[in-house]
Amino acid sequence: MSTATDSVETDAEHETRHPSDLDYVKIAILLGVITALEVATYWLELNNFVIVALWGMMIVKFVIVISYFMHLKYDSKIFRWLFLGGLFMALAVYVVAFAASGFFVGDWIG
Amino acid sequence: MSIDEDVHLDEAAGTTPAKVVDEGSEPEGHSSAHGLSAMDEDLAGSFPYAGGHHSATGLSNEKLAMWVFLGSDCLLFGGLISTYLLLRNRGPVGLDGPRAEDVFDIPFTSVTTFILLMSSMTMALAVAAITRGELKRSRVWLVTTAMLGATFIGGQVYEFTTFYREGLGYTTNIFGSAFYTLTGFHGVHVTVGIIMLMSLVIMSLRGRLTADRAETVEIVGLYWHFVDIVWILIFTVVYLIP
Repeated sequence: MSTATDSVETDAEHETRHPSDLDYVKIAILLGVITALEVATYWLELNNFVIVALWGMMIVKFVIVISYFMHLKYDSKIFRWLFLGGLFMALAVYVVAFAASGFFVGDWIG
Repeated sequence: MSIDEDVHLDEAAGTTPAKVVDEGSEPEGHSSAHGLSAMDEDLAGSFPYAGGHHSATGLSNEKLAMWVFLGSDCLLFGGLISTYLLLRNRGPVGLDGPRAEDVFDIPFTSVTTFILLMSSMTMALAVAAITRGELKRSRVWLVTTAMLGATFIGGQVYEFTTFYREGLGYTTNIFGSAFYTLTGFHGVHVTVGIIMLMSLVIMSLRGRLTADRAETVEIVGLYWHFVDIVWILIFTVVYLIP
């Protein structure tokens, strides 16, 4: 359990790393560029490489938003684990649902 | 730098009065403006936004509740996205209406996606501004965020209308049902976010949203960014990987 002194030190540390307005603009530009790359794949032939690239870019955008705009990079680890706990629980539940439906082995007719 | 010397008290929390920095000022640091005492800062949570409610964890209960809600909302959208993926190409014979490749307009949806992404930036700027005590600037960013969100919803309404005219109703086929349910739920989330944003603007105009309540804006911001990351998933999984 952290003491009040620890808390003050943590606050000070977080304040020094808090993104500036310019940082937010740079992050938004980066997100815009990644989105443009994603959209550009629409005119390419959709093969496995493109699909993996799309998933990769989606994950990068996701991580950037939760880390910087939602401040999970700077905020309490409790918040981080609460959110990631829900996220991974959702992933686990629905991966099992997909597996039970035969989605991964080609049995699925959809 | 002009500083409004009016003192604002957080009535609910009874926190220390805060000086409010006026529009256009450039404060030296984040901690100088929100006006919490050292003890308040110890207990308000690890991120340097004001929050007057103390808890056993040392974290803001309101913020904790929002993160729990967002974690649970992952399950909701996980279910909807999974359902869409499982059912999009499935359906009994005779329900053969349009499919994704027949109706999707990727360039149009890309524009609305970009607009929603930029609204996350303006939301982050609103939170940063009110943390520094720049109330007018914060209001401007909040209104901008709400307008961008409304533009996104307008785009979604246009898209739904177009799809309907092209023969894709809610019960036309299973793809239509799964698509409208998923994107419709997301649209409802965005609409709720717009209502919350406009409520903040009204509170701010009435003088009830001061720097010592910056955490309220931050909590609404968390919700807004969550709506954005859900759309990041939907845009790739639903639109770009047919």
